[in-house]
Amino acid sequence: MYHSIVLVKQVPDTANITGNVMQDDGTVNRAKLPAVFNPEDRVALEMALRVKDQFGGKITAITMGPPRASDMLRECLYMGADQAILVSDRKFAGADTLATSYVLSEAVKKIGGFDFIFGGRQAIDGDTAQVGPQTSEKLHLPQITYLEEILSIEGRTVTARRKIEGGYEVVRCTLPVLVTVIKDAVEPRPFSARRVMSHKGAKSLLEIEKMAEGNSLLYVDQLVHEFESRGLFIKTLTMDDLKLDPERCGVAGSPTKVFKVESVVLSGGGREMVEPTKTGLGKLIDKLMDDHILG
Amino acid sequence: MANFFLDNPDVQFHFNALHLRDIVAIAEDDYAQAKQYSDAPTNYDDAMENFRKVLEVVGDLAANRIGPRAADVDLDGAEWHDGAVSYAPGTRKNLAELSKADLMGMILPRKYGGLNFPFTVYMMATEIVSRADASLMNIFGLQDIGDTIRKFGSEAQREEFLPKFATGEYTGAMALTEPDAGSDLQAVKLQAYQNAEGKWFLRGVKRFITNGNGHVLLVLARSEAGTKDGRGLSMFACYGSDGVVVRRIENKLGIHGSPTCELQFNDVPAQLVGNRKFGLIKYTIDLMYRARMGVSAQALGISQAAYGEALAYAKDRIQFNKPIYSFPAVSNILIDMRVTLEMNRSLFYHAAQSVDRKEKLEELIEQRREEGQPVTDLTAELRQATTMAGLLTPLTKLILTESANKITYDALQIHGGTGYMKEFRVERLARDARITNIYEGTSQLQVVAAIGSVINDILRPHFDTKEQKEYLGGLSQLAACMKEIRQLFYDSLRYVVERKDASFQDVAAKDLVELYGYLLIGYLLLDEAEVDSRKVFIANRYILGSLAQAKRNAECIKNGVFADLLHADKILNG
Repeated sequence: MYHSIVLVKQVPDTANITGNVMQDDGTVNRAKLPAVFNPEDRVALEMALRVKDQFGGKITAITMGPPRASDMLRECLYMGADQAILVSDRKFAGADTLATSYVLSEAVKKIGGFDFIFGGRQAIDGDTAQVGPQTSEKLHLPQITYLEEILSIEGRTVTARRKIEGGYEVVRCTLPVLVTVIKDAVEPRPFSARRVMSHKGAKSLLEIEKMAEGNSLLYVDQLVHEFESRGLFIKTLTMDDLKLDPERCGVAGSPTKVFKVESVVLSGGGREMVEPTKTGLGKLIDKLMDDHILG
Repeated sequence: MANFFLDNPDVQFHFNALHLRDIVAIAEDDYAQAKQYSDAPTNYDDAMENFRKVLEVVGDLAANRIGPRAADVDLDGAEWHDGAVSYAPGTRKNLAELSKADLMGMILPRKYGGLNFPFTVYMMATEIVSRADASLMNIFGLQDIGDTIRKFGSEAQREEFLPKFATGEYTGAMALTEPDAGSDLQAVKLQAYQNAEGKWFLRGVKRFITNGNGHVLLVLARSEAGTKDGRGLSMFACYGSDGVVVRRIENKLGIHGSPTCELQFNDVPAQLVGNRKFGLIKYTIDLMYRARMGVSAQALGISQAAYGEALAYAKDRIQFNKPIYSFPAVSNILIDMRVTLEMNRSLFYHAAQSVDRKEKLEELIEQRREEGQPVTDLTAELRQATTMAGLLTPLTKLILTESANKITYDALQIHGGTGYMKEFRVERLARDARITNIYEGTSQLQVVAAIGSVINDILRPHFDTKEQKEYLGGLSQLAACMKEIRQLFYDSLRYVVERKDASFQDVAAKDLVELYGYLLIGYLLLDEAEVDSRKVFIANRYILGSLAQAKRNAECIKNGVFADLLHADKILNG
């Protein structure tokens, strides 16, 4: 029996950028992009589900994000997560990886009692691959990044294969551990129709508050209790709930400053003939290595 | 993310227009099931929301997983080796994912692990799956087998088979056809006999059995030695692993993912399902309602896919400095395809709901009988629903499968030479469509199944109401065309009846059934046009086109074109 916490993120669907989404200054108009489940985080959830399928236990999906991230948390429940937690606060806005990993690590501490933390290698919006490693550092946990396959779990020891440049590496470590997985590790399962139906009504505190807003007969506390008893409450954690240092959250806690965003248009130009000889090919390889395309 | 449910406004239109309130209430025991199961709906709106969300799951699977594998499934095909059948790798993945998504027992009751969905919603899922990979429908679409055991089997049989169908652990097959019993199932010879302890065994051969390698086979067999007709046949269930030999699988034109097996039964132990002698006359006939709708859904999915390919290609293909889409000769074909596709869908969901209604009334009556309650108020309703489904299912299969052939033909034509090449999807679609108007009863047999209701004019009260209804604006002109078609139908019908010539009636049947089809579909489209302005275009082209066709049908019946049948031998063998 293992308890896995899965770090998930809702991201703009950068795979489907169309004409009017790019703005003149080179930034992306996020409002025009649909928000989706970060693909590698979905793989991370699948990995956690396979651990649960094999050994039993439970899965907690957690995200830091705006209220609409509840959509993705519901999708975690549809895939098989046992509970979902939304870490959300206005003061978290504008967080870089440092501030994000601070908030997530504190939330994870609050949840406690875990054996694995799974996350995607990186999110498709920022492509930093930093949040996983930073979170593990803050929690003083060992980490296995770029995980391809879990080879075995025996008691408190996990053996796994991770991808490295030009090959792979087999590593072993004791639990608890933080793992980030790559896209090709496993294929995420589809939603279970039965879970979709039983969990479609799951709501976060913010959504329950909204529900109660227009109706004086509905009391939030009572609703929360009802949703909780039916397993449909998406627990919400705020900055106060986690007793966080405001200076380390959101924009205030983010040393990363975006200096400039540039829209790079790649264009073809210039060409070089390569003689179809050994020397010619050697020169081509040298050139590609100089340009860091090879090697 | 692509989604074959969400990306299709016409499917959405029909989903939103479904009238399942009574049906769902019966299926959900007036929503009492919600107390027991967390996935059961608490009211009708909740049920519709469940259906919508699950169809989204189906649409996602179809667009992003099943569809992209379809070309490989077609290329790899199912394989036979030393008596063992293996699905194409893509098919295996598809089935594993459909099982994981809880979609292999959509219409089975919850207590056996199913989703307890109405048949109509299952049909919508079948359309969506077929659009992605028509050959997968032949396995996904066999959920009726479990349903047949549910309806006619014993409780012990339900408990033995259904939960494993629902999880996808078992797939099934309907073993009806034999080398000498295809369209004529009364000629089935496969022998069922009992040993001294009364245990049943099966001996004989079945042919052309879709998924005959499945775990559980429903077998139509002759249990009454010495009989020659359908009354000597019973239905049996047996395990494939209990000695059913797959002698070979067929090498087919299309639906390569679906293994079509020749089976040999060498004294295979079997269980009788339901009562003796009811195998064909009751159980197979009942199964056929749903099986024919399943094939219609397959045809509809193929048509949708072919239309999509043709439309995209026409916009993409530049000739004479412009996309061929902008040439009237091409866009006219595309409009014909689109109108056919949409009228197909209108008929299909109308028919699916009528089958649903029949099935649920049967369930309700059975339930009431068990509780010792009176059922007289329901029996008349059931009789009517059965008559309706009895006309609508063959009519739907006839029209949708012929349409799929026409639409794939046109889609290939729009592609020009490219469409004839293996690199493009449309040639696969054309091959896959070709079986739909053959199996589960050829088009010619669908005419035979429908003609009785047509001659008895069972929709007369329905058409009377429609004829008296006032349609507004341009629709009133179309309503006038409908009256004209109806008149042509009555003239033709009278002519045929008065001839009192059985063989003339046989050949004229196709025209009569087509005429009746125009009436039914035309009024469906007129009603849709009242609520959706885009549908006015669909109704307009369909009804005007049908009027022209109706004149041809009527003329063919009356001008003696069939008279030469008397000289068939001379014409054909000269």
